[in-house]
Amino acid sequence: MKLRSRHLLALEGMSKDEITLILDTAETLKEILARPIRIVPTLRGVGVVNLFYEASTRTRISFELAEKRLSAEVVNFSASTSSVKKGETLKDTVRNIEAMKIDMVVVRHQASGVPYFLTQCMKASIINAGDGAHEHPTQGLLDVFTVREKYKRIKGLKVVIVGDIKHSRVARSDIWGFTALGADVSVCGPTTMLPLEIEKMGVKAYSDLDQALEGADVVNVLRIQLERQRGSLLPSLREYSNKFGITRDRLNRLNQNFTIMHPGPINRGVEITPEVADGPHSVILDQVTNGVAVRMAVLYLLSGGEGKVE
Amino acid sequence: MPKKQKIVLVMDAKAVERALIRVAHEMVEKNKGAENLAVIGIKTRGAYLAERIAKLIEQIEKVKIPVGLMDITLYRDDIQTKLEQPVVQKTEVLFDVVDKVIVLVDDVLFTGRTIRAALDQIIDFGRPKNIQLAVLVDRGHRELPIRADYVGKNIPTAKDDRVNVKITEVDKEDSVSIIKQ
Amino acid sequence: MNNYEKEKGVVSEFDLAIVGGRVIDPESKTDRIADIFIRDGVIKRIEKPKSKLGAKETIDAKEMIVVPGLIDMHTHLREPGREDEETIYTGSCAAVAGGFTSVCCMPNTHPPIDNQETVKFVYEKAKQAKCKVYPIGCITKNQMGEELTEIYDLVQAGVVAISDDGKPVSDPQVMRNALEYCRMFDLPVISHCEDLNLSGSGVMHEGFVSTSLGMSGIPSVAEEIMVARDIKLAEFTKAHLHIAHVSTEGSVELIRQAKKRGIKVTCEATPHHFSLTHEIIRTFDTNAKVNPPLRSKKDVEAIKKGLADGTIDCIATDHAPHSIEEKDVEFDFAPCGMVGLETALGLVVTELIEKKILSWSQAIAKLTINPAKILNLNGGRIKKNFPADITIIHPKTLWVVDPTKFQSKSKNSPFGKKRLRGKVFCTIVGGEVRSRE
Ligand SMILES: [Zn+2]
Repeated sequence: MKLRSRHLLALEGMSKDEITLILDTAETLKEILARPIRIVPTLRGVGVVNLFYEASTRTRISFELAEKRLSAEVVNFSASTSSVKKGETLKDTVRNIEAMKIDMVVVRHQASGVPYFLTQCMKASIINAGDGAHEHPTQGLLDVFTVREKYKRIKGLKVVIVGDIKHSRVARSDIWGFTALGADVSVCGPTTMLPLEIEKMGVKAYSDLDQALEGADVVNVLRIQLERQRGSLLPSLREYSNKFGITRDRLNRLNQNFTIMHPGPINRGVEITPEVADGPHSVILDQVTNGVAVRMAVLYLLSGGEGKVE
Repeated sequence: MPKKQKIVLVMDAKAVERALIRVAHEMVEKNKGAENLAVIGIKTRGAYLAERIAKLIEQIEKVKIPVGLMDITLYRDDIQTKLEQPVVQKTEVLFDVVDKVIVLVDDVLFTGRTIRAALDQIIDFGRPKNIQLAVLVDRGHRELPIRADYVGKNIPTAKDDRVNVKITEVDKEDSVSIIKQ
Repeated sequence: MNNYEKEKGVVSEFDLAIVGGRVIDPESKTDRIADIFIRDGVIKRIEKPKSKLGAKETIDAKEMIVVPGLIDMHTHLREPGREDEETIYTGSCAAVAGGFTSVCCMPNTHPPIDNQETVKFVYEKAKQAKCKVYPIGCITKNQMGEELTEIYDLVQAGVVAISDDGKPVSDPQVMRNALEYCRMFDLPVISHCEDLNLSGSGVMHEGFVSTSLGMSGIPSVAEEIMVARDIKLAEFTKAHLHIAHVSTEGSVELIRQAKKRGIKVTCEATPHHFSLTHEIIRTFDTNAKVNPPLRSKKDVEAIKKGLADGTIDCIATDHAPHSIEEKDVEFDFAPCGMVGLETALGLVVTELIEKKILSWSQAIAKLTINPAKILNLNGGRIKKNFPADITIIHPKTLWVVDPTKFQSKSKNSPFGKKRLRGKVFCTIVGGEVRSRE
């Protein structure tokens, strides 16, 4: 079993077997994080660039930790400290990185399709760390991993994603990841934040939260972008919070042993109340730990793809 | 047309059993008992051999010794040249290695690279008193300065011969044969 | 002069003969094998095959289709201002390579064609061009959508229509005035229909593909709301409205109904809007980023139906050259537009004629006589005493699009490697062979 691509651009189109391979590998690698020396020499000599055009401390640190645990050589390149501000094009930046003989590039960008763009102009393996509202595949994988770790299965679980579905790359990767493994996925949000024809992705769409939560096992609460109010997608955050905020009162509709997830960072009191976010059903901190293991698995599985056949 | 292969059986089940019993005795003798001893088998077949040796020692010395299983994939030195990444299996060393006498167990000793990887990994778990090596078969052709402390059988081979070790737990029988190309 | 004539000592009466081809003139419903004789840039005689008439030069058009020179009523030639992307000369080379003998160039140049001087500049440059070039003037000064240009001046300088293409005229009062004013000159107003508030930050059609790619969408209604508004204004002002690059099912239906009610509205569709859907954006090919965007399959079917039932009058390329540097960027940041002059005919044959959506005669009408009538151009016919603008097509040739071989200065086409049926064999402008395979 191996991954079909030497890049990780999206979970759309990935098979159940491929996703399972990544999750199984992550499960094994998670053990390393508990060792006295939490580092293995696997990617010694492998150069990885973290190319971040969008500020994202969490994702970047998680990737960097995963890279370092595997002994890769890590270079951070973020838009604020680089030549991007001087008007250098993405293509030029990429050419420069290519000249540095880099093996893997982890990229975060505000425009959809940039990771794909990189595969067209460089030899390195490309890992998407979030592109526009398109996908955030490692987040999708770590969400599926976290749920699988708790329930020992994905098939048949009812997963509800709540929030601004239209502008969420996490929602898209979660949808593809969970549905590939047989979960029953629903999305829920204000009608202005449900993109056209979302049902074609294999999910049910709701704008009534109580209806969506009925019989759910997992609720993934998305961060609501505070600036959406300006685009008149929302009259006010107060109104959003009243209609879509996850509060303790609403949780009695869920199945026993339910799970609350959030990709972070949390707007406490807006999309979720602190008592739910910090409550016994929350796996929000497990998600952070698992993020490192999942990213290690992805780095490991995508490295060394250009070897000779023995 | 595939080339004609010649298969030579070098150890049958009885020979494997005798070799393991002898190795277990040698370990106890060399370490003057089994008090501070632990065995770590290298996956896949070395792991089963380690379990068997631990049982044999238990019979001889009437003490239970810790057994660990180790996958050395993440410590291999050829990971970047492989076309397909090997599946990483679980490493389970659930005891503290510090100050223990660790006996690494593998089925075949060949280039020595697997053992090098295993040594690195053990040292990342802690600082043992010393590390010894037991193998069922030593077939020669070392690429690193590594030698075994306990050898079931020395088998001279050509470099491109294949040594096929079968273990009941995975292969339904115990045997060692050489496949001559 | 052929040998027969030399022996006989006959002096050729004609400059050029096109013999043995299947001649299609949609306006007269002509579709037969005939020989065409040209002198002084004018079609002089159309004879039954094997006529004894001689000419200085003869083109054997056996197995070929001979049609009036194609007219592209929607071309961006980029001169003045972006000569790095295209010039009037290079654009005309692309035009004749694609079988076009006339192109109408849109005024969104730098500076825009919003005054007599710039119109004159275009005509001056066009003297060296390989095909006829007819400028279209701006509706509003600097295409700002606020004040009308000096339209009478522009007409006198020779514009064939006015348009703010690239941008809509957002203010309905300005659009009303433009239509009303142009009625005086019988001048069509070409409208780029887009509600900018609705299209917002959109970079592609809003539908399942934009949803799964997480890209901002341009909804169909952003176009349709303006088509509806402009139709209402055309009805009210009784002026001639021409809607550029129709791309949605709803727009086609609005125009169909307007025509039924007798409103003076005409429209065009581009080859890419009847050949491609938004699915192609899944490869993030910025060459497929156009405005209006490539729509859904349902819309493409509606465009084809509109072409077939005559709702859509013309096929126009919206040839929009862009440099590689500008296109080789993030999809969100790439400019809109693709080149189209050199693939238009192949797409018409492959997607419409081969698939029996249109007959040869219907298809050619949408590329010749229909735009000629809309813009009052002297052309679009194969008829005695008409200008000898003629395109000879090899209908069966299968070829593979290779943008690097384009005559156009820009290569931004998403059709690279596509196999097309139907190739231009020869393009004749004013009796002169300007392109030949
Ligand atoms: Zn336009």
